[in-house]
This record gives sequence, C-alpha cells and structure tokens, in this order.
Amino acid sequence: MTRVGVLALQGDFREHVAVLSGLGAEVATVRRASELAEVDGLVIPGGESTVMDKLSRAFGLAEPLKAAIADGLPVYGTCAGLIMLADTVLDAIAGQQTLGGLDVVVRRNAFGSQNQSFETDLDVPAIGDAPVHAVFIRGPVVESVGDAATPLARLDDGRVVAVEQGNLLGTSFHPEITGEYRFHEYFLSKARARG
Amino acid sequence: MSTAEFGSSRVKRGLAEMLKGGVIMDVVTAEQARIAEDAGAVAVMALERVPADIRAQGGVARMSDPDLIEAIIAEVSIPVMAKARIGHFVEAQVLQALDVDYIDESEVLSPADYVNHIDKWEFNTPFVCGATNLGEALRRINEGAAMIRSKGEAGTGDVSEATKHIRKITAEINALKSMTKDELYVAAKELQAPYELVAEVAETGKLPVVLFTAGGVATPADAAMMMQLGADGVFVGSGIFKSGNPEARAAAVVKATTFHDDPSVIAEASRGLGEAMVGINVGDLPAPHRLAERGW
Repeated sequence: MTRVGVLALQGDFREHVAVLSGLGAEVATVRRASELAEVDGLVIPGGESTVMDKLSRAFGLAEPLKAAIADGLPVYGTCAGLIMLADTVLDAIAGQQTLGGLDVVVRRNAFGSQNQSFETDLDVPAIGDAPVHAVFIRGPVVESVGDAATPLARLDDGRVVAVEQGNLLGTSFHPEITGEYRFHEYFLSKARARG
Repeated sequence: MSTAEFGSSRVKRGLAEMLKGGVIMDVVTAEQARIAEDAGAVAVMALERVPADIRAQGGVARMSDPDLIEAIIAEVSIPVMAKARIGHFVEAQVLQALDVDYIDESEVLSPADYVNHIDKWEFNTPFVCGATNLGEALRRINEGAAMIRSKGEAGTGDVSEATKHIRKITAEINALKSMTKDELYVAAKELQAPYELVAEVAETGKLPVVLFTAGGVATPADAAMMMQLGADGVFVGSGIFKSGNPEARAAAVVKATTFHDDPSVIAEASRGLGEAMVGINVGDLPAPHRLAERGW
C-alpha cells in the first residue's frame, strides 16, 4: 500500500492527514529525516513558511527533503507549502530559504493582511470540470512561471494560484479545509505511480 | 471565477488553523517583533506593556498606540494581533482599520463593559477570546470569536492556571461526547451555552474553532505540556521578553512546541537559556488581581 507523509512541523497538517486518510491512503506525519525515508509522497501544509523553513533546517530535514525532491518524490504544497517548493520567494524574511523544485517566483502575503483574505470559485481544468472552491488566507501568488512549470489555475486578473511541474504540485489556496479532495487525489495518483 | 467573499467564518477561522502547532509571542516594540519572527514565532501580539508590567504598574490598561501597532506591522511579515478591551467595540473598530490580522478581546486589559462582550460577527477582522471553561468558550464563539485561547493567569510565569483551564475545557468536551441527546439539553443549560454549539461539540469531540493556551507559559517544557494536554498552539506573553535571553528562549519554546512529545528535544531546547522570568505564584495573588476572572 502506498504510504504518504504530511510535513508536521507547524500548520494545518491534521486537515491534510484527514483528507488523505479519507481517500484511503496510509498516512504518516513527518518531522524527521527517518520518517521522510518511509513515504512515497509528501504534503507540505498551510502554515507559516518562515517557521517551517527554520525548523526543517534546525532538525536536519531540509537537505534530505531537497534530495528527495530532486529524486522525484511527489510533493504537494498548499499556501506555505507552495512557498517552500518555489525556487524563488519575494517578500521573504532575511535569511529565509526554500526547498525549491518548482521553477516559479512566488510572492508571500500577496493579497495583504487577513482583512484581504477571501474565498472564491476557480476553474482548474487539470483536476476536473467542476469549479474548485478556493480559500486564500494571507496567501501567496505565483508571480512568474518558468519554462519547466505549468500554471493550473488563475484568478480573474490573470494571477497564477496553482502550478505543476513533474511530480510537484502547489496551490496558493487550501483545499484541505473545504472538503475539496481532487488535488489530493491527483497527488496520490503520482505517489501510487511511484510507490 | 465568481466574486470573492471576504470575512467569512471559514476565512476567519482558517487563519487560526494555519497558526496551529505554533507560538504566538507578546511584543512591545518593533525590535522585539523582529526577534520573535527570527526565532520562529508564528504570529506576534502587539501591545504596549506585557501582562507582567501591567500587573506591576497597575492602572487602566487599554488598546495600544496605533503608531506602535503600525511599526510592528511594518517590521514583520507574520500575522500581527492586537488587544482590545472586553466590550470595547470602538477599540476593535480602530484595530480593524489599522489592518491587524487578529483582534484579541482580552481580559489582560481593563474591561470596558462588565455586561456585554463585543459583537464579533460585525467585523471583517477575526477575533480570538479567552476562556476558562467550555461554556465561556462557546459563548464567545456564539458572539463570533474565530479562535479561543484558554486564559491561564497572564503575567505570572506560573503555568498552573493555564493547566487548570485547558484541562477543564478538554474534560468538559469529553463529558459531552458520552452524553445522550436528552442530556445535551441539560448540559447546554448548565454550560450556559447555545444548544446548537453544545451538540456540535458533542458530535465532533472538539471546539468548532482552534484552541490555543495562554497565561503563565515561561519555559519550553511549559509549552510542551500545554500541547500534550491538547492545545493547538501556545501564546507566550511576558515569559520571553521578561527572561534573561529572549532570543534563545523564544527559539527554544518554538522547538519544544513542535516536538512536544519528544522529551529529548525538549531537554536539548531547555539548556543554557539563562534566567526564566521571575514570576509570581498565582496562590499569592489576591482575587481582585486575577485577570482570568474578567469576562464571563
């Protein structure tokens, strides 16, 4: 059986565990390199990217994660997770690093403060015809998409809020808190193909 | 794409969901906010005096100066919270206009209304409120709170009240889970909380919003204990910037919160932090000076 992990350093990792379990996957939380070695795919949850960055480096997880991504591990990042997967981050704090892998430039807190957080419906043809109800919480946007990455969804103003590149998937919004399972199914299909 | 909806319950509660597993730190200057963000705080609480100083200096404690709040917002990229007095809906309007990310209707400040709390549904900015028990938490949620923190006793460095309140809330939730439907009507009456919310808690086995712990957390082990007792995250008020080495202590509390179930990590994080805040034993505080008794 395919076993997938959810990075559990900080953020809404329980919601991701619940969605993946609901889809029939065996799910483990990952805080250490030894736990990462046991999974065929990883979700990086919503939360605070600066905290995930610091803890992943302090506890020796960042380098093994970068190596796993380079080796083709399927990874899906939501919000902070998208930031962690981006090759370049704008409006980062001093010294903030990412794991990288997605050939994109992402801007943190692109909409402003919590008062500008919102929910809306998006078309995401890659995962199906029915619109995705998307919740943006102090979310990032993808400011530019490199040649290797493919945009999956845009806001009305054209800004990219979901991207894919090989086995990597990132969304600015949080399907895990709205009962939207299709992104996780898509991620699991990649993990199963590998596992 | 359809039109965007701002300020919905899902959006308000959602930010608290993203703070889970994190540490929210009280800061009184932009420099402290920088230290907190660099140490791994998931958010900061901007205020003029930490609770230990409010307690020591006495007098009426109010919302902070907008200049201070704006300086802190300008300094950091993580969410910034700020406190309004219980019932002071105009302070809350001001904080919303300042674009803070969360408003704490807080017993640490002097109450502005001894009857009513703020009608939090009226606001686009989400609210966090304190509670000492489940009934109080559900009354705040009924008024629109999007996040709850157990109160503890702020500004003491004594974690015993925080322990009492998180244990009380989780015990009352557990009691609801085993009740039959007819018993829930009585439970709602006794908790002095709306039946619908009581029934929801009984069904799901948890609050409908995120539950953090606050009030007296001063060490990495204190934070880890709150997490093991079922908190979703931790507020640290005076405990960091009233200690000997705020940078190291802040980073250590963050590590202990994430690895709350790993004593070897907590031990490592606890080394060489210098003096903890001196603190006051809650038992030595006369009743009128107990902040947790403000709010109802």
